[in-house]
This record gives sequence, C-alpha cells and structure tokens, in this order.
Amino acid sequence: MISDGVVEDEEKWLSAGIAGLQQNAFYMHRALDSNNLKDALKYSAQMLSELRTSRLSPHKYYELYMRAFDELRKLEIFFKEEATRGCSIVELYELVQHAGNILPRLYLLCTAGSVYIKSKEAPAKDVLKDLVEMCRGIQHPLRGLFLRSYLSQVSRDKLPDIGSEYEGDADTVIDAVEFVLQNFTEMNKLWVRMQHQGPAREKDKRGKERGELRDLVGKNLHVLSQIEGVDLEMYKEIVLPRVLEQTVNCKDELAQYYLMDCIIQVFPDEYHLQTLETLLNACPQLQASVDVKTVLSRLMERLSNYAASGPEVLHEFFQVEAFAKLNSAISKVIEAQENMPIAGVVTLYASLLTFTLQVHPDRLDYVDQILGACVMKLSGREKLDDSKATKQIVALLSAPLEKYKDIDTALKLSNYPRIMECLNDGSHKEMANVIVQNIMKNKTCISTAEKVDALFELIKGLIRDLDGDSHDELDEDFIEEQNSVARLIQMLHSDDPDEMLKVIQTVRKHILTGGRKRLPYTVPPLIFSSLQLVRRLERQDESVSGDEAPTTPKKIFQLVTQTIEALASIPVPELALGLYLQCAEAANDCDLEPVAYEFFTQAYILYEEEITDSKTQVTSIHLIIGTLQRMHIFGVENRDALTHKATGYSAKLLKKPDQCRAVYACSHLFWLDDHDSIRDGERVLLCLKRALRIANAVQQMTNATRGSSGSALLFIEILNKYLYFYEKGVSQITVESIHDLSKLIKNEMHGGSSPSDPAADAFLASTLRYIQFQKDKGGAVGDKYMLITN
Amino acid sequence: MNYIIGAFKPACSITISLADGNSRKQVALKENGKTVLIPIFHNQETISGKISIEPILGKKVEHNGIKVELLGQIEMYFDRSNFYDFTSLVRELDIPGEICERKTFPFEFSTVEMPYETYNGANVRLRYVLKVSICRNYGGGIVEYQDFVVQNYSPPPSINNSIKMEVGIEDCLHIEFEYNKSKYHLKDVIVGKIYFLLVRIKIKNMDLEIRRRESTGSGSNTHVETETLAKFELMDGAPVRGESIPVRLFLSPYELAPTYSNINNKFSVKYYLNLVLVDEEDRRYFKQQEINMYRLSETS
Repeated sequence: MISDGVVEDEEKWLSAGIAGLQQNAFYMHRALDSNNLKDALKYSAQMLSELRTSRLSPHKYYELYMRAFDELRKLEIFFKEEATRGCSIVELYELVQHAGNILPRLYLLCTAGSVYIKSKEAPAKDVLKDLVEMCRGIQHPLRGLFLRSYLSQVSRDKLPDIGSEYEGDADTVIDAVEFVLQNFTEMNKLWVRMQHQGPAREKDKRGKERGELRDLVGKNLHVLSQIEGVDLEMYKEIVLPRVLEQTVNCKDELAQYYLMDCIIQVFPDEYHLQTLETLLNACPQLQASVDVKTVLSRLMERLSNYAASGPEVLHEFFQVEAFAKLNSAISKVIEAQENMPIAGVVTLYASLLTFTLQVHPDRLDYVDQILGACVMKLSGREKLDDSKATKQIVALLSAPLEKYKDIDTALKLSNYPRIMECLNDGSHKEMANVIVQNIMKNKTCISTAEKVDALFELIKGLIRDLDGDSHDELDEDFIEEQNSVARLIQMLHSDDPDEMLKVIQTVRKHILTGGRKRLPYTVPPLIFSSLQLVRRLERQDESVSGDEAPTTPKKIFQLVTQTIEALASIPVPELALGLYLQCAEAANDCDLEPVAYEFFTQAYILYEEEITDSKTQVTSIHLIIGTLQRMHIFGVENRDALTHKATGYSAKLLKKPDQCRAVYACSHLFWLDDHDSIRDGERVLLCLKRALRIANAVQQMTNATRGSSGSALLFIEILNKYLYFYEKGVSQITVESIHDLSKLIKNEMHGGSSPSDPAADAFLASTLRYIQFQKDKGGAVGDKYMLITN
Repeated sequence: MNYIIGAFKPACSITISLADGNSRKQVALKENGKTVLIPIFHNQETISGKISIEPILGKKVEHNGIKVELLGQIEMYFDRSNFYDFTSLVRELDIPGEICERKTFPFEFSTVEMPYETYNGANVRLRYVLKVSICRNYGGGIVEYQDFVVQNYSPPPSINNSIKMEVGIEDCLHIEFEYNKSKYHLKDVIVGKIYFLLVRIKIKNMDLEIRRRESTGSGSNTHVETETLAKFELMDGAPVRGESIPVRLFLSPYELAPTYSNINNKFSVKYYLNLVLVDEEDRRYFKQQEINMYRLSETS
C-alpha cells in the first residue's frame, strides 16, 4: 500500500514537473520566435528549474530530463543563430551565468559552451575544462549525474580529438581525454555516493536505482574508447591507470564490478593484452564482495576470442606472457577474496583454461599447472556437493577434451584424475560420461594398456559403484551409460596383439569390479573384442604363432572363459549361453576342437540348468542349432554327442509348435553342403517326418480344444524345408513326399472347419511362386522342380 | 529641461542647460516612480552651462538678485528636515533689477571638489544639485533645481590580496574558502573556491550572498541597515570531504556601488560576501567577509 502511494505520488510529481516545464518552454519558444534573448534566458532557466526536484526516482527523472533535453536543443539552435546575428558568444557565455539557481545555470552554461566551442572563438579545451569544473557545483548525485551526462552528450562531437575540426595545437588529444576522464571521475563519485545517502532501509532500492543509472557513467568510457587519439600508448599511460585508480578507490561493489566489466567490453582486445598487468593488478584490490571471477572470466573470454581471430595475433600473447600474468592474477584474487565460493574459484580456472587452450594449445604443462592449482584449492575439502561448483568442474575438465579431441592428451595430465577425485559421485559419473562421449565422438583410439588403465580409473564412476548404497533399479540413464561404456570398450584397439591382450586384461580387471548391474553390459563387448583378437591372430600368422608367443588364442580363450563365468553370479544365462556359442564358433575358426567342445558343453549346461523359461529356451535352442550347424571341426563322435543333445532338447520344448520348429531346424544339423562327412539324408528325413508328426499333433490338439483346426503355417514351413533339401539333392526327400505334403496342406486349408489365416495364405502363395520361379529358370534345379506338380 | 515649473505657472520659467549636456553620460534614476536621466560628473570637473529665465508672456519679474548654487547634501531619512551641505558654492548671476524678456546667463563652477559619490541608500541620501534662485521681496523666491550625479573612479588597487580562510564548527563542518581578491570593481567577477575539509552535516545547498551594510549616524544614534543585494546558488546537494566547489559570480547584474567609509562623518556603506550553507533541516551556517568595492574607470 505504502509503495503504491509513493508510485502514485511520483506520477503526480512527474506530471506536475512536466506541466511546469512545458509552460515555461512555451514562453521560451515565444521569446525565441521574437528573438528576445533576455526572456529566452529567463524562461529557459525557469523551465530548467523543474529539474531541481528531489522527489523523482531516476526513472521518472530521466523522463523529465529528456523533455528538458529536447527543449535545450532548440535553445542551442537559437544561441547559434544569435551568434550569427552578431551577438558575442563570449557575452552570451557570461550572460547565462547570471542565473541565480545553479542547476539551470549549469545546463544553460553547457548549452552555451557547446555553441562557444562550435564558434571556435576559444580553444575547445578551455571551454570544456571550464564546463567540467563548473559542474562540480552540483553535488546532488542524481541531478549531478544527469547534468554531467548532458555535458557529455553536448560535448561528444566537439572533443579536440585527432582529426577533429576542434583539434588545437600539439597534444590536444590529451585535453579531450582529460576532459572525459574528469567527467567520468566526478560522475562515478556521485554515483557511488548515492549508495550512502538517505535512510538505511532503502538501501536495496537505492542499489536498484543505481543500477538503472550505471550506463550514464559507463558512457564516458565508451566515449573514451571512441576518441581516435587514444592510441595504445595513451591508453596505457593515461586512460587505463586513471580509470582504474577511480575504480579501485571508489570502494564500491556495484561500481567496481560494472566499471571493470565496462573497461573490458569497450576497449579493444589488443589494448587489454598490452596492459594486462595493469588491469590484472587492479583485481585483487577490488572490494572482497565484487564478483571478480566474472570480470576475469569475461576478460579471458574476450582474449580467447581475440586469440581465435587469427594466428597472427598469437605472438602478441607470447610477447606479453599473457598466461603467466593471468595465472598469477587469478591466484592473487583467490588469495585476496577468502570468501570466494569454490564455484567461483573453479570458474576462474575454467576460464583460464579455455584461454590457455586457445592461446597455447601446445603447452600441456600450462594446462596441467592450472589443473594442479585447482586441485590445491579443492583438496582437503569434503567432496563437492555444490551443484554450481561441480558444473564448473565438469566444464573445466571438458575443455581440454573438446580442444584436443583426444583423451590421450587428457590422460597425460597428471592432475586431471586428481580433480575428478574431488567430484561427488553424481558429477563424477557425469564427467566420465562426457569423457566417454568425447572419445566416441572423436573416434579416439586408445591403444595401450597403460592408457586404458588410466582411462578406466578416470571413468570409474561408470565402471563401478563408488559408494556403498547402489540402487538396484536400472533406470534409463544407467542403461545409456553402460551402453556408452560398452561402446567405449569396442573402441579400444591396438595393432599389436600382445598389447591388445594387455588392453583386454586391463579392461577385464576394471569391469569385473562393476557388479551384477553392469556386467551384462560390459562383458559382451569385451568378449567380442577378445574374439576379434583371436580371429586376427588366426588370420595373421598361422605359421609364426609358435608356443613362444605370449598371445595365443588358447590364452585368450582361457581368459574369455573366466570372464563369462563372471556372469554366472548374475542370472543372465541366455547371455552367457550366447557368448559361449560365439566363443565356440571362434574356436572352430581356430581349429581348437577341445576348446570348442568345452564351450558347447558350457552352453548346454547352462541350457539345462539355468534356462527354464520356455521362451528363452526356444531362442536358445535355435541359437545352439544355428551355431552347431556351422561347426566343422568336431569329430564324428563329438558331433554326434552334441547333435543328439540338441535334437533331444528340441523335442522336449514345452509348446508343440516350438517343438515342431526346433525339430525341423535340427534337420540342418545333418546336412552340410560344404562338408562331405555330414550328409545324412536319412536323419534329415527323420527330423522332418518327426516335425510333421508334431504338426499333426498340433492340429489335433487345436481341434480338440477349440473345435476347429489351426493354421497350416507349420505345414507350409515344413514344406519349405522339404523343398530346400530336395533342391540340395537329398535323395531321401522324394517328389512324392512333397506332393503328399502339398496335398495335405491344401486339405488343411480348404477344409471347412479351418479359419482362414492370411499369413498362411500368403506364405503358401509365395512358396508356390518360388516353385514356379525355379521351374521357369530351367537348368538342373529347374528340371528337378519340373517334377513337382501342383 | 524643467517641466515642473511650467505647471505651477509661476511668473517665469527657469531653464538650466549644461554645457555638454548632450554628450555627457547619463544615468537613469528612479524618482517618484518615474525614471529620469541624470548627467554624471566626476570630482574636480568643471560644471558650466547656461541658465535662461523667461517671464510668462507680458509679465515682468522684479528681483533682488539671481544666483546659482552648487550644493552637495547629505539627507538622513530619520532626520528629514536637516540637510547637511558638505559643499556649497555660489555664483551671482544678476544684480537686483527686473527681467522683462528672456534672458540667458552663463555660469561656471570650475574644478569643483566633489569627493563623495551620489548615493541613495536605505536611510541616507547623498545628492548633488544646482539650485537657481531668483530672490524677490514678495511672492516668495523662484527656485529651480537640477540634480546631477557624481561618480568617482578609483584606480585599480596596487595591493589586492585574496581572501582565504578556514572556518568551521568543531567535528561538524570544516571548510576553507578563497575569493580571488578582496577588492572588486563594480563589473568584476568574483572567482573562488570552497573546499570542504570535513562534512558531518547533511547540506542541502550553498549560496553566496552580497550584502550591503549601511550605517548612519554616530555614537548611540548609529543606525545600521543591511540589505541582501544578491543571492547566488553555488552548490546543490551534499558534498563529501575533499570536494571543492568553484565560485564564479559576475557582479554586473547587480546594482552595486563602491564602498564608502565614513562619508562626512555621517554614514558608511560596506559590502560583504556571505557564504551560507543550508542543511536539510533548514539550519543556516554562514560566514561573512567584507569586500571592498570600487568604481573602475570604464575606459581603463
């Protein structure tokens, strides 16, 4: 309520002020129109008296000021005309000073001064000096700021800059600079003073209001940066020291932060680089509450961008030893500001790091040094829980990765893992993820066991539970992470098999610590990686691989076996089974029959003991059959044992259709095209017939339970097997048997009781189409097909 | 020049015309609400001219003699009846006789001592006047006055020190001020500086006033009248320690006169610069400093 009242009152005062201003402006216009200088001065002074109010907030005061400003433009034009009409500008300059009230007087003086400079009757520098001196009369912060802002505004295009028409004799730029600097200094003093005047309870409000006014002060720095004559030399010798002196001495948090930022933003990067020391030395001298880290970060950001602008500027950085200076400045600031939150410290180092990576990409020692400094700050504390700080650390650690696109480099940094240590588990994981993503994005190849060890140590957050309380639910993030790790494992590669083996051993060491949640994700890629190595060895040197070689397929298989056994503790038998079969196949390729047999045995044991779910059984049996079919190293005995078992398993499946399918799949185990010893047509036929029997049984069961016969799908599938083996030339598969089967299918499909099954119809149709196709193709196979009549 | 006489329709009209009346500088003075232009003279100038007496048509004026007087008078307002003539010079224009027609008499007061300036103050007036009297036995004398103004130039003072002073209230306010001179001519500019050494009060603004202190009479009869002739704002807002505020006050817009000290033992006029600081509770803190005013020859 109270504040509402204040706002309302303020509106009232503002409109009263505007009304007064407009009224006097009206009389002033009349005086201007009738060329009445005396009246013009009188009414303009009265008009400007409205600006003497203390009741308006900066925002509202600005509104009033802008109106006065517009009117003063008209007065200025009038003054110019007066001057051309023969009125002495010097007299005019005196005349405006007769006004009794100081604020109107000084506004008029600035206006007349502007015309005075334009007339060139006096050197610009003298007039400017006088104006800026006289403005000291306004000590009220708000009114003073606006008055000086007006002065700055009217004088902007009249500074005796190099190349300006107001340029005087030698060293005239210095006058322009002095003028702006003085105005700046005074404005800043007023601005700072605002904070300390008035009741303490309105401190926050004042802070806010000051925020609104800051650009008035900052504009001076902008003007300075626009002065042509401010070259590096002058910036270094005069401008910067003076601005910094004011900044440091004003001891005001808001002003220091704003001005430092302003300096950094308005002056060219090149100047910053050349005056780095001066600029940085000011930082520790700022108030402890000033957000120096942001200031420095911005500076480094700008310098980084500057460095990125082209290689030709880099030598400037080397010349001024930018890194050393920034580095020492940062430590000083951190030292000076004891209360700086750790997030701030890390932000600073992160900025420095970005800078270093940009400017000294070749100096890994610098990077390590920064990380080391950071470790110093972080160590001896609790693990960080501050989300801001950890975020910054992640940024800090990501920077080198992004720059070098190569984890190798990061692994060379001795302090890198030490910083990782400081992270809490959550962010450690996050960082590890960043690293892994980076490796994958850049397709970095990590090729030595040592590096792999370091890397896995680094990303241990992903590899194992860091704290005791591991939660059991597998959320999406976790799966995502583990998939990443799996992909990472695939990326590890060394051309040297011995080294590769070491890599695998290292990875194994790490992933085995991962616990039951992770193993299902991490073991398979390791196994495949190992098998890949096995095949590579096999391909590479069948002759050379003597017993002396440290890396032999046998050794690897031992390793692999042990690894898969680790899965046993977690009930993921189907995965282990799949892996065993993969291994068996690899062993097959290496001609290691006993090894392959052992793998199969393991797979069978798993099948028998662990896989109880019927669905899993089905997929597993098909896997077994498929793998077994491809094995060619087994002797007759071994093979018989294995195939026998497989067919046995098939027949014992729970669901009949599954049984049927498994059994006809088994038929392939007895007929291998490229293997003369395995061509047992009898047993093929036996399998198929058995499958047919089961299919029949299925139909009868359906009839019994549903009252109608089921789909003929199974029959069609079996027909396809018949056709396959017929085509392969298995003599036991006769044309007649195919005919019989076709007939059976037709009966089944057109029997009244069977519901139509579109899948079966389509399957049959394409099967028939295939037969027709083979007939049409002709040749030996075509001839065989010609015998089949539909 | 004299219109008033004609209105009363006395026996004759007297016209006083000064020798260089057209070329002489004049000053506008307000008298009875009217602005009249009055010629300016300086000390030791010769005042000469003509006086013509013209009887009303067909009349003749008998007289016991005609004279012209140059009077320097001091008039105290609280003692209106008394004029103190500090200068009185007489020239006989005519011996007793009669005037039948217009008659013109030349006159001259050469190198007249007029050490004091014409002054119109709050309680005192110093004037110079030419008085023409036609003495008659009956019907009273016929008198005509012509005022003129005396202004005296002073050379620029050979010693003109600045005024510099540190003043204050202990632990509350300490300032140091400096005015560039102690003696100013009437169109001068006061330039100076106010330096704040200690500020513990909330100052609202600071003014510089020019005050005129006129003292008349002597002893227990002394009357002092102080007038503020100018009020000029020097500063707006509260300064902090170390601020210095510039002073630049042009004297020309104000109606000032030189400092007069002990004019004919009757009165003195002094000028003061009064520096006034006003705090937020409208308390005034001030320090007054005398300055010496003088009239500088406009040509020099």
